[in-house]
Amino acid sequence: MNSEYLLRKIFHSAITLFIVLIINYFLFRIMPGDPVSMIMRNPNANPSMLAQVKSLYGFDKPQLVQFAVYLRELVKGNFGMSFFYRQPVIDVIGSRLFATLVLAFAAEIVAIFLGILLGKIAAVRRGEPVDAAILGFSLVTYAMPTFWLGIVFIAFFCVHLGLFPTVGMYTSGVTFAGFADKAVDLAKHLFLPAVTLAVVIVGGYSMIMRSSLLDVLSEDYITTARAKGLSRRDVINRHAVPNARLPIITIIAINLGFMIAGALQVETVFSWPGIGRLMYEALKARDYPLLQGIFLIVSFCVILANFAADIMYGYLDPRIRY
Amino acid sequence: MKLLEVRNLKTYFDTREGVVRAVDDVSFSLEKGEAIGLVGESGCGKTTTALSVLQLLPKEGRIAGGEILLNGEDFAAKSEEELRKHRWRDVSIVFQGAMNALNPVMKVSRQIAEALLLHEELTEEEARRRVLALFDLVEISSSLVDCYPHEFSGGMRQRAMIAMALACGPKLIVGDEPTTALDVMVQAQILALLGKLRREFGMAMILITHDLSIVGANCDQVAVMYGGKVAEIGPVGKVLRNPCHPYTQRLLKAFPDIRGEREMVQSIPGFPPNLVTPPPGCRFSPRCDAAREICFSREPAMRCVEPGHEAACHFAEERS
Repeated sequence: MNSEYLLRKIFHSAITLFIVLIINYFLFRIMPGDPVSMIMRNPNANPSMLAQVKSLYGFDKPQLVQFAVYLRELVKGNFGMSFFYRQPVIDVIGSRLFATLVLAFAAEIVAIFLGILLGKIAAVRRGEPVDAAILGFSLVTYAMPTFWLGIVFIAFFCVHLGLFPTVGMYTSGVTFAGFADKAVDLAKHLFLPAVTLAVVIVGGYSMIMRSSLLDVLSEDYITTARAKGLSRRDVINRHAVPNARLPIITIIAINLGFMIAGALQVETVFSWPGIGRLMYEALKARDYPLLQGIFLIVSFCVILANFAADIMYGYLDPRIRY
Repeated sequence: MKLLEVRNLKTYFDTREGVVRAVDDVSFSLEKGEAIGLVGESGCGKTTTALSVLQLLPKEGRIAGGEILLNGEDFAAKSEEELRKHRWRDVSIVFQGAMNALNPVMKVSRQIAEALLLHEELTEEEARRRVLALFDLVEISSSLVDCYPHEFSGGMRQRAMIAMALACGPKLIVGDEPTTALDVMVQAQILALLGKLRREFGMAMILITHDLSIVGANCDQVAVMYGGKVAEIGPVGKVLRNPCHPYTQRLLKAFPDIRGEREMVQSIPGFPPNLVTPPPGCRFSPRCDAAREICFSREPAMRCVEPGHEAACHFAEERS
């Protein structure tokens, strides 16, 4: 891995982010609906007041000037004010993003480990009942609606067994004695949403792992490895898996970015204060600065995940030229 | 005692279409240091025969009968665990298309050292020294020892593959089309290298190819296979000079002669038989232009045409 490769990848990511930024900005300017009326929330406001608000928010300036101002403020870390929350966008997003990241990472870690393990077992035992069972499980969970699974989990584990809380990230109205107490409370709240999300994505991972491992297992170098006298386990772990890892990394990277924005259903069912739900609320309220901020953050996460995947590729596959 | 003796080997594949008799009653033997060439069209059972010796068949394949005696020990009766100890130490393989026979994400030196460390009590340091010596032996610069397979040229990959095959000093080496996909110059170099090392270490070889000229130059014996059976077997000189099976004769005619008239080579019309439901009688009869009534109803037995030279044709003697 040399620094030229790294710099080039960073440069490419930066360009991608800038293009997203431009599209993102103008997308909201051509959308129907007038932000001024959303800010005023008063259908009977008089024209002079409207004009005042317009100039206060800079809506009277040309688009390009507005864009330049937006860029300048963005560099300073100012994402604008939320119309609805009347708070800086960055503050509104910040806490919500943390909640989503906690949820997404917890679910991803479970799904990656379980998905790779199941895929491996299925590929090694191709055609056997275990394979059929894993494939069936993967297809069913892959096709399962997230919200439905979430509701079933709540009904069974929370309402019937009373094991877990049903709402939010922390128990509301409680002051925690220390960090440990807080972490335990978070873990209790996190468990079901994370499991729901993990179950929904694990099927995809296991199927990809299975098929790429099956491809690899039919290669000549696997026969070479067997001919050398390696045990079945060593052939799989030392020769097959390292070659089968690449496709799954791509999928994980794409999925990770998607999850930041796409955990909406789980967040809604479990009232998880994440970015997916925030986006939905912002859309309903036509809170453009907030939406724009969310889109930008989500794009940034997607680009970052792909960047990380590129770097990992370089480490895992010597054939990729730096 | 012979080094390798394959007796009435039957290897079947269980597929959806039925049982494929990929190798059906094949016998041959090999003395220490001797080389045998297996020739024939694609799908005639050459590779399956070789893979059966090491029992490296894919999941669907199984040895349905026969004996594989290496140094008098029956490999067909050994468990996977026992076989693993013999693999590579007694028999190693050089695959075709050096492209994919080496693991693309593992350094070449590591792949060779892996075999050494598995079969011999060595430290990492000793294994590395052995790898360097092997590189020297196959004439690859030791500066390339830490390269990945994709950084090698096709010829170098094949040399590396040979170095790996020699690592544990096997008594038998299987070459599965080791020079296919290499240009003619490199092909000659590789075969010369293989021949030299084989004489040096007294290794026997099973060479799988569809190129009869390679067999002529590198082997002591040749077995011409057709439809999972041996059509003709014997010392190379005798078989090539005096082919007695119509298939061998046609196979030899399919090669152009640079000194002769310029003409299109004669191909053999038709396709190799379906091995799920092979034709009754002689398997070559549907494509044989000399076939008579008996060829379509009775399977021919091996007939001895001269000492050590046998052919599976009802009319082998007439042709000799």
